[in-house]
Amino acid sequence: MELFAEALAWIFSSDAQSGSLPLSEAIATHLAFTFVSVLIAAAIAVPAGWVVGHTGRGREAAVALSGAARAVPSFGLVLLLVLVFGVTHKVGASTTAFVLLAIPPILAGAYSGVEAVDRRVVDGARAVGMTPRQVLGRVEIPLGLPLLIGGLRSATLQVVATVTLAGYVGSWGLGFYIVQGIQIRDFAQILGAALVIVVLAVLLDLLFALLERAVVPRGVRARHETSS
Amino acid sequence: MIEFRSVTKTYPDGTDAVADFSLVVPAHTTTVLVGSSGSGKTTLLRMINRMVEPTSGTIEIDGESIADRDPVRLRRSIGYVLQNGGLLPHHRVVDNVATVLRLEGTPKNEARQQALEVLDVVGLDRRLADRYPSQLSGGQQQRVGVARALAADPNILLMDEPFGAVDPIVRSELQTETLRLQQQLHKTIVFVTHDIDEAFLLGDQVVILSTGAQVAQIGSPSEIIENPADDFVASFIGAERGARALHTKETGHGTVLVDGTGRTQGRLVEGGQGAA
Ligand SMILES: Nc1ncnc2c1ncn2[C@@H]1O[C@H](COP(=O)(O)OP(=O)(O)OP(=O)(O)O)[C@@H](O)[C@H]1O
Ligand SMILES: [Mg+2]
Repeated sequence: MELFAEALAWIFSSDAQSGSLPLSEAIATHLAFTFVSVLIAAAIAVPAGWVVGHTGRGREAAVALSGAARAVPSFGLVLLLVLVFGVTHKVGASTTAFVLLAIPPILAGAYSGVEAVDRRVVDGARAVGMTPRQVLGRVEIPLGLPLLIGGLRSATLQVVATVTLAGYVGSWGLGFYIVQGIQIRDFAQILGAALVIVVLAVLLDLLFALLERAVVPRGVRARHETSS
Repeated sequence: MIEFRSVTKTYPDGTDAVADFSLVVPAHTTTVLVGSSGSGKTTLLRMINRMVEPTSGTIEIDGESIADRDPVRLRRSIGYVLQNGGLLPHHRVVDNVATVLRLEGTPKNEARQQALEVLDVVGLDRRLADRYPSQLSGGQQQRVGVARALAADPNILLMDEPFGAVDPIVRSELQTETLRLQQQLHKTIVFVTHDIDEAFLLGDQVVILSTGAQVAQIGSPSEIIENPADDFVASFIGAERGARALHTKETGHGTVLVDGTGRTQGRLVEGGQGAA
């Protein structure tokens, strides 16, 4: 309990606010890494997932990829890429690792969202004369959005956690305090930084939970409510 | 006019859904395809708007093979009421009805106005226009399906068991409504059902199908009832039993007609009018 209090005290200490790495800066870097990686991953995985879901082509590969990716140890991937890219390219190497980790859940969310759309609805859309593109854009994507947001949610949470590990390779992000704390045996700092990461993760999760509900199309939500 | 010439459909899994089917569907009349489940009715219907491609044979609309038409344009020119509704759950009723108009580039307000008018035509309260399909009863959803099919004023209307999923009272209401609509609109309708009574009620021409879309008999309802082609047709239309096996009974007030269950169905009158 005492350590907990010390950890909280550390968070608001002048040391954390304006030391060699101010907390606000660490949080900003941490979030920047997260958002940039998830955005890049989404730019790749979302269109790919939609195409897979719409055409059914490459589905096996997408399923295998999402499954296999779960087994990849994230820390190992970060270290491996730093070695491959060379130590002078730590930012690029870490970002690439985060992107690779974020792709599978986003891909899964995108294609399963499209796939989960009632086939009868898709059939109806084609039957009244929508082109394949219109079916995708006006029917499959909007109706599949909740599952896609779910994919983005798990990707973001995974990356937020993994960015912490980047503290081992570079002196940025909230991981920095943990790595440094271990070296100087400052447990209050370690726990304090860990708490900030947890709060960050919980807030992001909450945000996505709200978003996930917000994107459920009104007509679909209405099904569960009594009509006026 | 729609014409099937020796049309065959074998699905990729080897199912012979339609074998060597030929039929002429005259313009501005209702042709009903009736047969038991799996006889190939939906397959036949969906070949007309190229949702299903025939394995062999040709289908012509007004003498032109549809194989040469762009499927998307073809579908927009044909109204289609799906077996299960197939409405867009995330679009309001009015937007569902306006779908084809919007796809064809009609400006939003104009499309909405036209869609509202079509709601009147199919007997749907305009107050339902801003609801979502999930907020409607089954019967109302079917009417929306019909309205959507009619919105762009197509010459051809395909209806696949449109009233299959509603209760008998709503069903008969919708059937009456369909008859009224057809008197007004004179579309070329191809209507699919497995209900022979519905077929006889709505059809100018009735096509009775057995497995593989084999034509058991084609004719007007009267022709089929008066002269069933074979035992299959006779038993399918229930000629020997129930409501269609009528006999006369003399009573003190004249001759009445009694059905197979012994219920009196009507009175025999001289010089009754109607189609022979
Ligand atoms: N996409 C498909 N792939 C394989 N077989 C199919 C497919 N669609 C239909 N069939 C088969 O073709 C046959 C005819 O099917 P169809 O749907 O045309 O029958 P139907 O007369 O409309 O039946 P129902 O009254 O039950 O709607 C059936 O044996 C069915 O199993
Ligand atoms: Mg069918």
